[in-house]
Amino acid sequence: MTLEEWFASWQTRLYVNFIKDDRWRYLTDGLWVTLKLTFFAVLLGIAIGMVISIIRSTKDKNGDEMRWGIWKGLLYIADFFARVYLTVIRGTPVVVQLMIMYYIIMVSSTNKVLVAVLAFGINSGAYVAEIFRSGIMSIDNGQFEAGRSLGFNYVQTMRYIIIPQAFKNVLPTLANEFIVLLKETSVAGYVALQDLTKGGDIIRSRTYDAFPSLIAVALIYLVMVMFFTKLVNKLERRLRSSER
Amino acid sequence: MNDKKTLIEVSHLSKHFADGKIKALDDINTEIKQGEVVVVIGPSGSGKSTFLRCLNLLEVPTSGHIYFEGVDITDKKNNINVHRQKMGMVFQHFNLFPHMTILKNMTIAPMKLLKKSQQEAEEQAMALLKRVGLEDRANAYPSQLSGGQKQRVAIVRALCMDPEVMLFDEPTSALDPEMVGEVLEVMKQLASENMTMVVVTHEMGFAREVASRVMFMADGVQIEEGTPAEIFDHPKSERLKSFLAKVL
Ligand SMILES: Nc1ncnc2c1ncn2[C@@H]1O[C@H](COP(=O)(O)OP(=O)(O)OP(=O)(O)O)[C@@H](O)[C@H]1O
Ligand SMILES: [Mg+2]
Repeated sequence: MTLEEWFASWQTRLYVNFIKDDRWRYLTDGLWVTLKLTFFAVLLGIAIGMVISIIRSTKDKNGDEMRWGIWKGLLYIADFFARVYLTVIRGTPVVVQLMIMYYIIMVSSTNKVLVAVLAFGINSGAYVAEIFRSGIMSIDNGQFEAGRSLGFNYVQTMRYIIIPQAFKNVLPTLANEFIVLLKETSVAGYVALQDLTKGGDIIRSRTYDAFPSLIAVALIYLVMVMFFTKLVNKLERRLRSSER
Repeated sequence: MNDKKTLIEVSHLSKHFADGKIKALDDINTEIKQGEVVVVIGPSGSGKSTFLRCLNLLEVPTSGHIYFEGVDITDKKNNINVHRQKMGMVFQHFNLFPHMTILKNMTIAPMKLLKKSQQEAEEQAMALLKRVGLEDRANAYPSQLSGGQKQRVAIVRALCMDPEVMLFDEPTSALDPEMVGEVLEVMKQLASENMTMVVVTHEMGFAREVASRVMFMADGVQIEEGTPAEIFDHPKSERLKSFLAKVL
């Protein structure tokens, strides 16, 4: 094969895989789905994670000192469910959770993106919760005491003093969770959601040519991950240089 | 002195840790009158910090009662948060909020808890900062301040709540020696303005000069109590004598 022939054959391959029948749209549409899915799943994960981590650290911090009563009872029940949630979610594969969400819990839903956002968000929430919890626990107890000594109650102290600091401390880790999720959503094809990975796979199945489409998919993920990693590093450096 | 109102009354206060194995405080009884400066001294581990932290219930007493302005704050029916607003506390390690400017450190509690307007809170904060010579650092963050400056800010942050009493737990122990003076100076000024103060400190000079009463503790027990002259010049107990021999 001469160099010219080699170029020509690749031109055809690229044409067949990406240009013909607008096949590139499988990748761009898929990428859009992947980004949407990841973005909303992360938001949901942060919301769930925040609630769970506050329940867990409240119980750890002052569960023992609280008087028995309705609040302590509620806290212990909430903490129990939080721990069950963490155990189940972290103890089962995300693909299985996704399929359970799609085939069992939300069978009647036709909105696949919503189903996937729920599944990945609920999954991510368990990991985010532990990130937040370690963030809250890492704040020096003196901060808590300073807040209480000024007259803030527990909730106000958490809200104005502890959580803003904890959030700032875990922001880079949280951004990493976004990157992890970006890759994890590649299994969304299991419930026939056409994300980036599935898009590439569809091209492969049409053209019987695995190399161009799958490598393209891999490159797109890689570029995105490298881009976001750079952003996270920048963020980390900026956070470190400000204040402390 | 007798005509002065009693601000804090401590009655049979005990605090145990580790299921009673550690008796940090054992049956403490005392009264703190308005305008008094009570200095608590004693060897390390004698329960000074625990005593101070019980006064605003950062440490929950095992038994006994604390009356603040006649109200039993150890009674769980009373909302401790309201009473804490009137009890300022200054910590050994400052505990300024690192994510807020100095001004914000000082205004957040009055604004959220006393519902002061931002303008009102900031005016008060600036006036206080001026008094301790830090008005030009209002927009700095705590990390940009020296230890002595941080502690002066911590004191005025507590003052922003217009407290009835100020509690100090070794406010100069974490400072470089050259910064101790500037913090003690602020405390002396406060005392001269008739602020009620309870001070745990190893600064015997400060105790002698400023205290209206000195309380000596050892092993969770209040051993002796009296004027600085009584405590420093005429100690009665052997414990106090040997303690003073070590620190003076
Ligand atoms: N949270 C706690 N858990 C268990 N033991 C404690 C706790 N806090 C204090 N103690 C113990 O109670 C005793 C009194 O401690 P405290 O801190 O009140 O002493 P102190 O007089 O302030 O000492 P120092 O001069 O070193 O600050 C010590 O034996 C200490 O180990
Ligand atoms: Mg102490």
